[in-house]
Amino acid sequence: MKLNEKEVEILEILQKDARFEAVDIAKMIGTSETEVAETIRRLEEEKVIVHYATLVDWAKMDNFTGVTAMIDVKVTPKRGVGFDEVAERIYRFKEVSSVYLMSGVYDLSVTVEGQSMNEIARFVSEKLSTLDSVVSTTTHFQLKKYKHDGKIYASKREDNRIVVSP
Amino acid sequence: MTLTKKSYVAKSVEKMRPSGIRKFFDLAATMEGVVSLGVGEPDFVTTWSVREAAINSLERGFTSYTANAGLIELRTEIARYMADRFRVSYSPQEEVIVTVGASQALDIAMRAIIDPGDEIIVVEPCFVSYAPLVELTGGHAVTIGTTGETGFKLQPEQLEAAITPRTKAVLLCYPNNPTGTQLDREDLEAIASIVKKHDLLVIADEIYAELAYDQSHTSIASLSGMRERTILINGFSKGFAMTGWRLGFTCAPEEISRAMLKIHQYTMMCASTPAQYAAVEALQNGMADVESMKKDYRQRRNYMVQSFKEIGLDCHLPGGAFYVFPSIQSTGLTSEQFAEALLLEEKVAVVPGSVFGKGGEGYIRCSYASSMSQLQEAIKRISRFLEKQKRSAV
Repeated sequence: MKLNEKEVEILEILQKDARFEAVDIAKMIGTSETEVAETIRRLEEEKVIVHYATLVDWAKMDNFTGVTAMIDVKVTPKRGVGFDEVAERIYRFKEVSSVYLMSGVYDLSVTVEGQSMNEIARFVSEKLSTLDSVVSTTTHFQLKKYKHDGKIYASKREDNRIVVSP
Repeated sequence: MTLTKKSYVAKSVEKMRPSGIRKFFDLAATMEGVVSLGVGEPDFVTTWSVREAAINSLERGFTSYTANAGLIELRTEIARYMADRFRVSYSPQEEVIVTVGASQALDIAMRAIIDPGDEIIVVEPCFVSYAPLVELTGGHAVTIGTTGETGFKLQPEQLEAAITPRTKAVLLCYPNNPTGTQLDREDLEAIASIVKKHDLLVIADEIYAELAYDQSHTSIASLSGMRERTILINGFSKGFAMTGWRLGFTCAPEEISRAMLKIHQYTMMCASTPAQYAAVEALQNGMADVESMKKDYRQRRNYMVQSFKEIGLDCHLPGGAFYVFPSIQSTGLTSEQFAEALLLEEKVAVVPGSVFGKGGEGYIRCSYASSMSQLQEAIKRISRFLEKQKRSAV
């Protein structure tokens, strides 16, 4: 699909902050509100815009116990469907938040979110490694989230410019 | 017996008026919850790789002076950058001087060319320090006021009319602070031909050259016959978001560069060494970040101009820098009254156009070097302020 300059600019703005409204985006890129709304609608329909979500820093919540693990998975690709079939079998699990096919020493990078380490351990041993094509798994637990999707968590940055300057 | 206390302050300094911006800074600084459109510097923090280069230079112990004119490595990068970006060619050995911000560059440029009584034409509205610097150097600032009707572009006939036998140079700043006005090649050609006719010099403050949004910046030095009569002033503060590093540079023909270097070596020795290493990195690997900041500025500029129009303030579309300069004449207030009332009633800081000299009255300078959410909030408050003004006028 070929996107024009305006479409790309709208996508870039929304990717930085999905809460920008069409009326403001229209002013920012010099077009009409209707055109922006229409473009966004079309991009949503074509699944170029996949989803809007909120980045939440759950670590701020008292008693938060959730854990995230990144699992390196080696698999045997199947004739005809390659890695797609096993990837699909994995991403269907609701615990799985992302799946990427990787170059390098393992094949799939799988991110799993759970309420506790036990829960993830159980998922890996009972669901993931028991799949036919899965040869091996290596599980890494995340300890702290510093930066995610381009955003720095617990950012200490403040505006310390002087209020009026020449 | 009381004696009148003797003043030790030089007459030339005593008669300098303090910058009008100061007053608003003092007022705004005491208030909480101010949304500031008064800031003349980027809201972006210097790119990490550039900061890292400075840290690295310190770790390696590069803490001594550099050559007076600056690290040759940096001057070479500057010459390459100026050639690539603005099609002007300068010798890194003889014609480039690294300075402490564009401000010091302006200072040595003035001191290098002004004899007592020389007239320097200053085009207003402009950066607040031009005329005081000229006067401090013993020259006489002859000011021309541009107007909103011409989008604050210097008109050739205005320039022609201001020239006298004592005129030495014309000081130009485009893209302009505070109006954001940009001159295109045609405008510059017209000015250049007058400058050449009268055998004048141009001091071109092109500190905002990187921030030109509709077409890339044309440097007046790139026009035929202008290189030999132009002192180009540029730096890293605005485009590269490096204000606090205080790093600028001059590009000028050898004879003038030699003169400026004499002053520079006696008054400054050299610019800060870590900052110079940072600037090398900025020129070698920082251009992608400049482009990305520029894209943001452009969106904000469009947003501000359109929003001001919608809430009833006339505003020309500025081609560069990060300022919009809407007219507040419809309110019947002076720019100073407007700015003061806006600050007190709605806590939005803007700078009254009058502080930037002739032609500035009736306008306010609004910097869009702030996040979109701050700009949205500012527009909301200004709109409310205008409504109140309208109601009280009825």
